[in-house]
Formats: sequence, C-alpha cells, structure tokens
Amino acid sequence: MFELLGIPPQVLFGQLLLGLINGSFYAVLSLGLAVIFGLLNIINFTHGAQYMLGAFGAWMLLNYLGVGYWWAVLIVPPIVGLTGIVLERVLIRRLYHLDHLYGLLLTFGLALIIVGFFRQFFGVSGLPYPPPPLLTGGHNLGFMYLPNSRAWVILASLIVCLATWFIIEKTRLGAYLRAATENPTMVGAFGINVPLLVTLTYGFGVALAGFAGVLAAPIYAVNPNMGADLIIVVFAVVVIGGMGSILGSILTGFGLGLIEGLTRVFYPEGSAVVIFVIMALVLLVKPAGLFGRSA
Amino acid sequence: MAIDTSPIAIAAITSVGTAGMPRHHLAIFAALLIFLIAAPFLLYPVFVMKVLCFALFACAFNLLLGFGGLLSFGHAAYFGMASYVSAHAAKVWGLTPELAIVAGTLVAAVLGLAIGSLAIRRHGIYFAMVTLAFAQMVYFFSLQAAFTGGEDGIQAVPRGYLFGLIDLRSSEVLYFFVLAIFFAGILLIYRIIHSPFGQVLKAIRENEPRAISLGYRVNRYKLAVFVLSAALAGVAGATKAIVFQLASLTDVYWTMSGEVVLMTLLGGMGTVFGPIVGAAVIVTMQNYLATFGDWVTIGQGIIFVVAVLLFREGVVGVLAKWIRKPL
Repeated sequence: MFELLGIPPQVLFGQLLLGLINGSFYAVLSLGLAVIFGLLNIINFTHGAQYMLGAFGAWMLLNYLGVGYWWAVLIVPPIVGLTGIVLERVLIRRLYHLDHLYGLLLTFGLALIIVGFFRQFFGVSGLPYPPPPLLTGGHNLGFMYLPNSRAWVILASLIVCLATWFIIEKTRLGAYLRAATENPTMVGAFGINVPLLVTLTYGFGVALAGFAGVLAAPIYAVNPNMGADLIIVVFAVVVIGGMGSILGSILTGFGLGLIEGLTRVFYPEGSAVVIFVIMALVLLVKPAGLFGRSA
Repeated sequence: MAIDTSPIAIAAITSVGTAGMPRHHLAIFAALLIFLIAAPFLLYPVFVMKVLCFALFACAFNLLLGFGGLLSFGHAAYFGMASYVSAHAAKVWGLTPELAIVAGTLVAAVLGLAIGSLAIRRHGIYFAMVTLAFAQMVYFFSLQAAFTGGEDGIQAVPRGYLFGLIDLRSSEVLYFFVLAIFFAGILLIYRIIHSPFGQVLKAIRENEPRAISLGYRVNRYKLAVFVLSAALAGVAGATKAIVFQLASLTDVYWTMSGEVVLMTLLGGMGTVFGPIVGAAVIVTMQNYLATFGDWVTIGQGIIFVVAVLLFREGVVGVLAKWIRKPL
C-alpha cells in the first residue's frame, strides 16, 4: 500500500469521509439558512434547535410509536417544517418592518426556549438511535472501508441539495421565489401571494434543518445541545460562501467539510478552528464571501 | 443598517452635546453611588459585586450596540479572555490585582483590535455572525490552550493585596475596589458617548453613507468603538475573575455573549442606565432560579422573545419615554 506524506491511506480517506459527512450537514444547513435569508432577510438562529428537533422527532417516532428510520426520513422534515410555519405566522412575521437584527434576536430567544425544554425533559447525556438494518455493515472499496450509514448520509444530502437547487432555479415556483427575493412589492402586484410564499419558504428552510437532524440521529447521539455549536460553524460557512447563490452554499459546505477532514489528518489541533481561520482569510481577501454579491 | 434606538436616547446626545451633565443624570449617578455604598451592608456583597461586573460588561456592550449601532454576538470572547489572563497573572505571575486587571484589559483590547478589524468589513447580520464565529474560535482556543486549564478553568485565584498594601481577602474591602472600577467604567462610557467622537458614532449609526460623504473615516471610528467596547468588557471580565477567584469556559462560551445582549435589550439599548438595570434583573433571576436548572435558560429565552416583540426600548427606554427625558 502506498503512503501519502507518511499518512496511511486508510486514515486519510477515513478522515476525508468524515469530513464529507460534516460537509453534508454544513451544506444542508447553510442551504436552509440561505433560502430563508434570501426571502425573509433574517438569519434564522433557531436553525440549530430545529436540526435538533429533527433528530428528536426521529427518536420519538421510534420510541413512542415504533415508527422506523425510513418513515422518519419522510415524516419528520414536514413536521419540523410545520412547527417553523407556526413560528413564522405567530411571531417572526411581526418583525419584518423592523431592522433585521431583531429577527436574529427573536430567533435566538426561540432557540433558547426550545433547547431549554429538551434539556429539562431529556437531559444532556444523549440518547442512542440504532441505525436501521440496511445501514449497518459496509463495503470494502479496496483503499478504504465505506460504512453504509455514512454513504447514505452523503448521498441523501447531495440529492436534497440538488433537488432544492432544481426547485429554486428551474421551476415556476422557484422563479416566483427568486422574483420575490428581488422585489416583493412588484411580485405582489402581479397577483402572487407573497406573505404565503414567505411562510412556505421559512417552513421549507426549517424542514431542511429537520431533515439534517434525522440524518444525524443514527450517526451522532441524539442530544439537546447537538445543534448549538454546529450552527455557529454553519454561520461561518455562510459568511465564507456568501448567501447569494444556492450552488455556492452547497459547494462551500462540502468543500469546508473536506478541508476540516484534511486538517484533522495533518494538524489535528487545528481542526476545530480551521473554518474560522478560513473565514478570517476570506474576510481579508473577498469580504462579500466566495459566492456572495457585495453588500 | 443600524438597529434603531429610542428617539429620546438619540435626543440625549444632541441636547447634551459636549457640555456638562444634565441635572437629572447627575442626580441618578449620585443616587446610584449612595445606594451602592450602602449596598454591602444591606445585601450579600459578593452578589452585588457580581451585578456590578455584569453591569459594566453590559454597559460596554451597549456602547457598541446602542451608540455604535453594531450588534456583536461574540462579546464573551473579550470578557472571558480577560478573565483568563487576569486570573493567570494573579495566580501564576503573582501580580497585584490591579495589575492583573490591567493585563486582562490589554489582552481584551488587542483581541478586539484583531477581531474588530476583520468584522467591520461586513455589515448588519453578517457582522453579528462574524463576531459570533470568532468568539467561538476563542472558545475552542481556551478549551485547548494549556494556561486556561481546559474544562477545570483557573481555580483558586488569589485576591491579593491592592497596590501590594491593602488586603482584599475580605469581601467588604474588595467590594469598594470593585465599586470604584465600576463607577470609573460607567463614567468613562458616559464621557465617550457625549464626546465629539460619540457624536460622530451617532452620525454613522444613523446614516453611514452620509457620514462617509462628510469625510469621516467611518471604519476607523467603528474600529475605535469596537476596541473600546472590547477593552471595557475586558475590565469587567478581569474584575470578575478576581472577585470569584475563578476563570472558566462559561465566561467565553456563546451563552455569555447571548446573556449580555439580553441584559442590554431588557434594560434599554442606547440608554445610559438601561444596561445596569438589565444586568441587575438577569443576575438576580439567575441567582434565585439557579436551583431550577434549565428553566433559567427557558426564562431567558422567553424574556428575549417578549422584549423583542413587545418592548424594544427596554425598561429604562420606556421610563425615559414616560418622563420625557433621556435616561
């Protein structure tokens, strides 16, 4: 077997795979943030809590109703999306006429409430979620061992990301959405129900977070705090990529996951902060972000 | 881009200008001082010192948000890092408490300069996200660095002898040292707000393109207020480390950044006295609800939501509207 810079390939590819998995979560979560930001102009701080809700949703379906993983993948994201729609209709809607920073503060408060409740009732130790039979085991690719559960996460998030890109860039609904992002008043004048579009967009973005949560349930422990630190890294991903482009968010998410994986191989101490360092560099060189339009 | 503050708070700056302090402000400062001198005889001194440290932290934060119009979501970085440095200086280097606090403050200012110069390249929401992300980086650094003691933090920090002479081990004596720091801090902030520099800040907050077209180097002003705010947050964090003889990861974590935003929002952004009230309310709530575990977090979340939806001026902002005078 060959070695690369003294690193055995199993280690290298293993970490790259882990990086790709992290990148999948970064991509799906930053995509949701970008979709919401595009139309609502708020940064959804509740996103991490909604990701956690997705994982807990899957866990509750399994433990309370005996509904398995594959149904959870289908059922949980729309349910989490619905909770988002309720939040938007009841609370977030009231802030659109104000500075966008109030939206950030409101969603931060909501995140504290949701996470606080789950910590109070489920503890912080983490609940196990057994992977379904189809996802146990794996394949030997010759140069590395690929567990099925990991391959599924990467595949599923790629599919969801590309489907989102397709809906927004290639369908009529997506065209309305892009038009409303540019000029909501004008789109409203053409007889399109913009407030409804806004509500649905928020629900969709939140459903993406819930989907990421369901994907995370079998590979990470289900824990009330699981979204809190992740969402801050996703913020950095969003700053690096800029929120102007859908494909840009996806590419940045996967790319940064890979870079993080590589850092874990060559300089493990730096892996927790490498994304923040890249953010600093991007701010120095191209403050609007790699794919962003200058603000 | 700027977050809006109550028009009365804005009037405060315009009406006072750089001339002396209006009479009702003087009266409030005097009453506050008298109350705080009496406080250790009525209340538990360590509790009041905790309130004072957080009140100074919130006032420093408010200097940036309420008067500079910049929402930093990562102020725990300066508070926490100053707390670590001052604890380390007092315990390992054996510095006297006032020098330890100066050391912590300097490090917070340098950190503010580094992060601030990058963060001011973005506006609004991005600014908040960038500051939050850098603060998280400081948190990870604190988790891994050798001198911070990781999960344990720096414990048993000696309170030491003030100027090498006055023994601070008694909480009653230490209290008056902390009171002096707090009062000097808020008077300094008051002076900054009402200086020509503060006027320019207000202009930038209200209309940045116009300030640029008038020839102001906007980014220098923003960076200056960012560093000032970080340094003052550092004073608060460093003092807290001496009072509690402890510096820990809680002080650098993002929850701490959220708490200082909450204190300022609740008390009243852009008011002089609001953050003090906000800090007193939140610290009291934490103290009395401590036994209820996560209900404290839930309660803070609810206060956030209610404050954002129903009284964005904050407690003191509402009062100021009521008596029709800036507070």
